[in-house]
Amino acid sequence: MSVSPTEGRREARPAGAGAAARTTVKDLKGRVEPDWCPGCGDFGVLSALKQAIVELGLQPHEVMVISGIGCSSNLPGFINTYGMHTLHGRALAVATGAQLANHELKIVVTGGDGDGYGIGGNHFLHTMRRNVDLTYIVMNNQIYGLTTGQVSPTSVKGMKTKSTPEGSIENPINPIPLAIAAGATYVARGYTGQVKHLVELIKGGIRHRGFALIDAFSPCVTFNHDNTHDFFKQRTVKLEDRGHDPTNFAAAMEQGYRWGDEIPIGLFWKREDIPSLDELEPVLAEGGPLARRPLGVPPDVARSLIRDLM
Amino acid sequence: MSRYDLSIGIGGAAGQGIATPGDILARLFVRRGLHLSAYNAYQSIIRGGHIFLTLRTSDEPVLSFGDKIDVLIALNQDTMDRHLRLMRSGSAVLYNADKIKPGNAEPGVQLCHFSVKELAPGVKGDLVQNTIALSALLRLIGVEFKVLEEIINVQFRRKGPTVIEENLAVARAGYEYAGSRFQPFPWPLPDTGKRLAFFEGNQALAMGGAAAGVRFYCAYPMSPSSGVLHWMARHARQLGIVVRQVEDEISVINMAIGAAHAGCRAMCATSGGGFALMSEALGSAAMMEIPVVCINVQRAGPATGVPTKTEQGDLWQVMGAGQGDYPRIIVAPTNIPDCFKTVPRLFNLVDRFQCPGIILSDLLLSEGRASVDPAELDFNVPIDRGEVIGLNGALAPDGGYKRYRLTESGVSPRALPGTPGYMHTVATDEHDEDGVLISDEYTNPHKRRAMHEKRMRKMQGILAEIEPPKLFGPEEAQVTLVGWGSTEGVIREAMQRLAADGIAANNLQVKWLVPFHGEAVTRLLTKGAKTIIVENNYSGQFARYLRSETGLAADGHIRKYDGEPFMPHHIVDGVKAILSGAQRVYVPVHEIMV
Repeated sequence: MSVSPTEGRREARPAGAGAAARTTVKDLKGRVEPDWCPGCGDFGVLSALKQAIVELGLQPHEVMVISGIGCSSNLPGFINTYGMHTLHGRALAVATGAQLANHELKIVVTGGDGDGYGIGGNHFLHTMRRNVDLTYIVMNNQIYGLTTGQVSPTSVKGMKTKSTPEGSIENPINPIPLAIAAGATYVARGYTGQVKHLVELIKGGIRHRGFALIDAFSPCVTFNHDNTHDFFKQRTVKLEDRGHDPTNFAAAMEQGYRWGDEIPIGLFWKREDIPSLDELEPVLAEGGPLARRPLGVPPDVARSLIRDLM
Repeated sequence: MSRYDLSIGIGGAAGQGIATPGDILARLFVRRGLHLSAYNAYQSIIRGGHIFLTLRTSDEPVLSFGDKIDVLIALNQDTMDRHLRLMRSGSAVLYNADKIKPGNAEPGVQLCHFSVKELAPGVKGDLVQNTIALSALLRLIGVEFKVLEEIINVQFRRKGPTVIEENLAVARAGYEYAGSRFQPFPWPLPDTGKRLAFFEGNQALAMGGAAAGVRFYCAYPMSPSSGVLHWMARHARQLGIVVRQVEDEISVINMAIGAAHAGCRAMCATSGGGFALMSEALGSAAMMEIPVVCINVQRAGPATGVPTKTEQGDLWQVMGAGQGDYPRIIVAPTNIPDCFKTVPRLFNLVDRFQCPGIILSDLLLSEGRASVDPAELDFNVPIDRGEVIGLNGALAPDGGYKRYRLTESGVSPRALPGTPGYMHTVATDEHDEDGVLISDEYTNPHKRRAMHEKRMRKMQGILAEIEPPKLFGPEEAQVTLVGWGSTEGVIREAMQRLAADGIAANNLQVKWLVPFHGEAVTRLLTKGAKTIIVENNYSGQFARYLRSETGLAADGHIRKYDGEPFMPHHIVDGVKAILSGAQRVYVPVHEIMV
């Protein structure tokens, strides 16, 4: 049964869908209410993502949200788009496959710092160097929440947790310069206490052709008593207010390393001259999304393959 | 003459150019309609070590690479020292006497020495000895010089007329020298007037994937599975397959799952070590109910093991891969053409039943080469993608769409991401019919049980679709040789020899391993014949599996775990030893030292 994929797609669309009504935040409400702790930073990301989808005029079926495991990775269940809630640390690998299979989908990957920078670190690195066209939102709470409070790769040195009662002796990962160096073409940081600002960063990320990282400070109100809402409220400063030029590599790296009384948020780095992986993939150049192409090897091609064996 | 049966062994160090003459000979055989089986014993080394390529050809189907050498081409002293003692009367050994000295040969072994210095004065490079050896070989087996002329023209086309002329001169010298000095074989290489094709198992698996409509292939290079990646990469553009080499096997399988969920037929291949890394994700494909196919080309383990040696040691690994119980299909193709045919078949099953499928190959099968009648290579295979909303315009059953609707078959229609109106989330956490995690708030034992049973019900449906194994050979037999996967050919050749020695044997070769046709197998194995299980591993993995599925304990076991595949006489000797009551577990000694 090899069906013309484009036809199938048209038939499956409900009548009048061509002039689909504009998506509202209500349309994006998921099947269940979020089960995050009251006050969790992750609520800010959920609401910013919905708002960004609405403002970009995307239909729910055009978006797929893919996550790994952890509190933040429950997000796909709380939004009415296509979703995948995969394995711990594996969301970017799954997302790359999905993006190449259907490059018309808008892929948003959501997860936490442990999921993305720890167990998924290798995929993080390689997805950036490939410049896969997706938006990666990391809800960075600098702790492992769902496993009840152990250090994460972004926990600051000296942080006391259940697994580091004497204080962490390891250096934290700094995702901003790491991402810039690894080849991400859109690198931003938000803070979930600043939802409007975060909406703009996410919109920019989804619009961007290529890999967009949005590291979002998302305080864990239950387990992280160091990096709290108060901590970030007092320290975050917007790069836009400081006249930062996101096309200036040296400035982006310098801002990325700042951590102290002032912690910058906003768009650190952006470049648009590098094609994304799907744009470079010759097989995808014509013929629509791979997933919807008819199957089978044409007889003349089959004959030539067999001839090569003789 | 009843049957033409010729085996050629070419041995030397890696880098001495064994592949090219091997390829030329293989092509020469199939172009005369002769059957072929080839096996290359080698090491994980770029230069040096010892490589031994065996090519066996016949005018009748060749079931294994056999256990005799009629012509040995020794490219270095090492090969001479390792193999001369195995040569029997009537065989010939070709070697460059400038550098290689023979030892003591059995009477009747023809020592065919030539001198590169004499035959090709002034030609530099070691490879000239290969050209002379090949031309002398063709003279010995009665192939006309014009055939060699054509081959050289094709082989060196890109290098220009000077190189062609130089090689032709060398070949002519070798051919003429052999004509005047060596005793040719009594029968010239036949020509059946037909033309066959040949491929290696990895190529067959890759081509089977292409026929199945694979649109996404990714892999991390790992011997002996890399041949699939190489074929896929070479044909990616022609066939419209996105082929990616990625950072590790964890990424490989997860990417394939992502692509499969988005609607592609997605495949990957690896060997045991890479498969170990994929385990968790295979379970996730079952939990999310995403069809994906993974090939495990087994090599000798554990850990990095012997990367270039064969074994059937991953059966328990693939059966136990990933945490928990989940539906999966495990199939072990039994010969190289079967590799090609199995892939589309498996894709139809995994698409229909929305679960992972695993193909168990091994180095012998995947890197071995075999002839195939081109008529058998049917790319026009039936394609059944199962119940997919968004591919064929089918709508959801009554009411709202539930991705994991509880059904009798265990199969719920899936909707491709991007289809308007069927939004849902797939999850690796246990979930409800609509994909909502049941671990949120209340875990709900009733829902968990219902969903788990729904998934596992697929196994019954799959079992009904796959054919039970059949006995091959005489119905009334003294012994039933039970094997799985790649040992089919060598077992069947051993049966022929046992019959000649008055022992009636038949063969039960199991291809579909999971789910398992336990009742049918029990019926076949309780007919009175003694059962002997033949497998390439230490602990009798299949024997234990058979016992767990049927309660049947075999009468004897023939096991080999030295890294090299079985030769027919290993099985013949093992059967005799077991039938005589001398041994219950027979472990043959591999005579050829590589």
